[in-house]
Amino acid sequence: MDTLVAQLQRQFRDYTISLYHQGFLDDQFTELKKLQDECSPDFVAEVVSLFFEDCEKLIGNMARALDQTGNVDFNLVGSSVHQLKGSSSSVGAKRVKGLCVTFKECCDSQNFEGCVRCLQQVDIEYKSLKAKLQDLFSLEQQIVQAGGRIPQVDI
Amino acid sequence: MVCEMETDQTEEMDIEVLSSMWPEDVGTQADNQFNVEKPAGDSDTLKEVDIAEKRTMADLKRLPELMNNTDQGSSQLTNLVKQWEYMQDHAVKLLREELKILTRQREEAEAKELKIIEEHNFETQEPENVPVLDDTSHLFRKFKHKKRDALVGSKRVEIDEEFDTVAYWKQKALSLEKMLEASTERERRLIEKLNESLKTMESHSAPVEELTQNLKRAEGFLHFILQNAPIVMGHQDKDLRYLFIYNKFPTLREQDILGKTDVEIFHGGGVKESEDFKREVLEKGKASKREITFETDLFGSKTFLIYVEPVYNKAREKIGINYMGMEVTDQVRKREKMAKLREDNAVRKAMESELNKTIHITEETMRAKQMLATMSHEIRSPLSGVVGMAEILSTTKLDKEQRQLLNVMISSGDLVLQLINDILDLSKVESGVMRLEATKFRPREVVKHVLQTAAASLKKDLTLEGNITDEVPIEVVGDVLRIRQILTNLISNAIKFTHQGKVGIKLKVISEPSFASAGAEEQNSLTETETSVWIRCDVYDTGIGIPENALPCLFKKYMQASADHARKYGGTGLGLAICKQLVELMGGQLTVTSQVNAGSTFTFILPYKVATSDDHSDDQDFSDMVDHHQPEPDDTTEGYFQFKPLLGSIYSNGGPVIGNNFLPHKVMLTSPLKLINSFVTDSSNNTAQSEMVQVENGGYMDETCSGPCPSKETESCSSSQASSEGGVLEMESELTVSSRVEEDKTETSKQPKILLVEDNKINIVVAKSMMKQLGYTFDIANNGVEAITAIKDTSYDLVLMDVCMPVLDGLKATRLIRSYEESGNWDAAREAGVDIKTSESEQVCVHSINRLPIIAMTANTLAESSEECYANGMDSFISKPVTLQKLKECLRQYLH
Repeated sequence: MDTLVAQLQRQFRDYTISLYHQGFLDDQFTELKKLQDECSPDFVAEVVSLFFEDCEKLIGNMARALDQTGNVDFNLVGSSVHQLKGSSSSVGAKRVKGLCVTFKECCDSQNFEGCVRCLQQVDIEYKSLKAKLQDLFSLEQQIVQAGGRIPQVDI
Repeated sequence: MVCEMETDQTEEMDIEVLSSMWPEDVGTQADNQFNVEKPAGDSDTLKEVDIAEKRTMADLKRLPELMNNTDQGSSQLTNLVKQWEYMQDHAVKLLREELKILTRQREEAEAKELKIIEEHNFETQEPENVPVLDDTSHLFRKFKHKKRDALVGSKRVEIDEEFDTVAYWKQKALSLEKMLEASTERERRLIEKLNESLKTMESHSAPVEELTQNLKRAEGFLHFILQNAPIVMGHQDKDLRYLFIYNKFPTLREQDILGKTDVEIFHGGGVKESEDFKREVLEKGKASKREITFETDLFGSKTFLIYVEPVYNKAREKIGINYMGMEVTDQVRKREKMAKLREDNAVRKAMESELNKTIHITEETMRAKQMLATMSHEIRSPLSGVVGMAEILSTTKLDKEQRQLLNVMISSGDLVLQLINDILDLSKVESGVMRLEATKFRPREVVKHVLQTAAASLKKDLTLEGNITDEVPIEVVGDVLRIRQILTNLISNAIKFTHQGKVGIKLKVISEPSFASAGAEEQNSLTETETSVWIRCDVYDTGIGIPENALPCLFKKYMQASADHARKYGGTGLGLAICKQLVELMGGQLTVTSQVNAGSTFTFILPYKVATSDDHSDDQDFSDMVDHHQPEPDDTTEGYFQFKPLLGSIYSNGGPVIGNNFLPHKVMLTSPLKLINSFVTDSSNNTAQSEMVQVENGGYMDETCSGPCPSKETESCSSSQASSEGGVLEMESELTVSSRVEEDKTETSKQPKILLVEDNKINIVVAKSMMKQLGYTFDIANNGVEAITAIKDTSYDLVLMDVCMPVLDGLKATRLIRSYEESGNWDAAREAGVDIKTSESEQVCVHSINRLPIIAMTANTLAESSEECYANGMDSFISKPVTLQKLKECLRQYLH
């Protein structure tokens, strides 16, 4: 059993590190992890799920705004991008945040093509992050279920 | 022209020629052009002239030159005469010689005849009545001799006949007769020749013709040259009376000129001058030139270049002057114009270079200032960090020595920060960047707050008082921030230099000062719509005073009354300079009077617009409020405040108090307990006491106010709850439980009240979690408007403000909050469109307004620069994403 835990733990560690290395996450995610304690054991998961809900909603908003052919309210898109940027920054979703910066620039320059492209990328990016984090969380769960402790991952 | 010269033929001829020589076309004018006075009596002017004999021939080329010089000119005539005389003499000499020859020949002939007669005297009976005289005998002998070898040599009488025969004598007589005939014939021819010679001589004796020709040519030449020349020539006698004048454009007839002087002829400017000049030349005997501008009725304004030379007679006595004038009016005008142009040019050039220099200097100065400002700003941020950290450090457990060191560190840091802020202020004013804002404010409140703040940090045994006369309007419009800054500066200055006695502020309305009347013209247009009032503000103390000689440099930058003072009292020496500049920027005047050891009074007078009743929209709830607050006297009308020192007053905070917008540790709500201790209200005045709503550590001390004063604190506490219900917290439902729990805890542990203004849910969740871990709770507002509403109702100790938010962003919200702190009302917010509800808890407005620390949370993009945060009145900033560490540091710094 211990070997399973150790294996899971190693897997978890590697996976986490790969997420950082691939630029999906940054230090802020570590910050979040620090905030998670006994009082709120699922804090990160809660925040992250909140974040993905937010993503979904905001991306929906942006898509609708960008769909108004010939009459795109870039300010509206921009404010959604800003929101998303803030959120992604807070959870440490590095790639999403990076995309948001580009996205915001496209909005500011009223670059419709760029906006659409960014939107698509953001959509892909947040979904892949969601998948990866779900994997990560399921790994965590598996560790816990196996009776192990979630290891501290130092980046 | 008739000339009656009878003395000299030449002279006469000369004059006659003059009149007759003028060409026909000028004939009519000649009369006036050439005026020669009829000489009085026998006096012959030209004869008297001393002539230098230089030329024997009249040189036509020299004539114009000659005409310039009367000596020379007249000598020419004389030369001609001399030449003629010489020729005459020569001819006479020649004739005489010829005559001599002829005479001798005749004598010879006679002698020969005589000899012949003699020879035949005794041979012939031919009676001969030849006088036999000694003389003749001699002559005869000579004659005989001559006859032999010269005259008759070739004509020796050849007689063929036998000597002494009749035939012989006959023949001889006959031949002699022939000889005599020939001789007579020769004699006759000689006489004829002589006569002829005499005749030719006669024709030679008239060279006048030639002279006349020469003169004619000269005259023609002169006339040709002078015909169009703007020249006046003349000769004047010793008394400067005209004897002769030539004028191309005459306006006067000869009788008007001749025999008169300039002064008699002309009137106007320049006449006297020219007369004096001529006299001067006459006296000095030296020819000279001068330019004289005439301004006469006769020919208007004209400038002449005048040449005057003295004229002498042969005895070297002065007999008058010659003068020649040429009109050079145009030239003079041109020249003057040129001179003026040149002068203008020079002046312009000088000005230009001066301007360039000034521009250069200004540019340099501006650059230097800009550099200084930039540097200052760059220095300030890290320095704030240093000082802030030092202050945090001072709250930890330290031993005595450490604390001392730390205190030095903090106060030094404070000083540097103050200096930098001063420099920034100065450069703002000087570069014209400083903008004045017109906000409505209450002078009484401002005075009171300034004194209150000063009292809070008062270390000395001083009484602070404020006195505002009744006529000072309750509300005026001006840049309250700056006015407050000036007041704070002056008060802290006064306190610094006063060791006992009192320091105070006096406000009264005065009439418009004289220095402002000059610019009153423009202001009048404004005054029509808004009445303005001049308020004089005296900040007086009973301190060490300022020596008179130090007064002038008092307002200069970096100057203090003396180096000694600088050492003793510290300070940057910029404060007063800034005050003065600010006052002047606002159109006022800052002055000082002082007496050493008795105290100083700094007086500034400023114009304010009176908040008129017609813009009551903002005012309304104030009047409402006042109504509600009767009978409690409000400090809108209160005219006197006093803050007496309290023995044993607790003093805990170091550093001088300055009107510093950007010093977080300074402007934060310092432990309010101090305020209460150093702040004892007049016994007659409940208001001030009732305003003391806050007690230590920002918590609320309900107990203290439960007595006579209305417990606003409880109300404000409840109002914070009310505001939560009023929809401030969107997330309330989710967060209620924990915050309630925290709140309960807070009440007991005197938790600081924190407001998080953030629109992003995720951020809120994260922040909340962090806060929880740090042991704090907070209220949440989702945008600037909600933040203002919350702040209006609740007293917070710290606000964490997101910069970029919907509805009302963090920067604007901060500005409005600051405006409220300054003015005590939310007018600015209302103007900005924030719907401020006048809830039942009206008293909230009566909160003692202290500066609320506002920390920006920025994404560190260009649009959310730290600089902008400071500029909008924020105290510090945390860059996003917020981390636990950053938050911890920030809260530590601001919540103590």
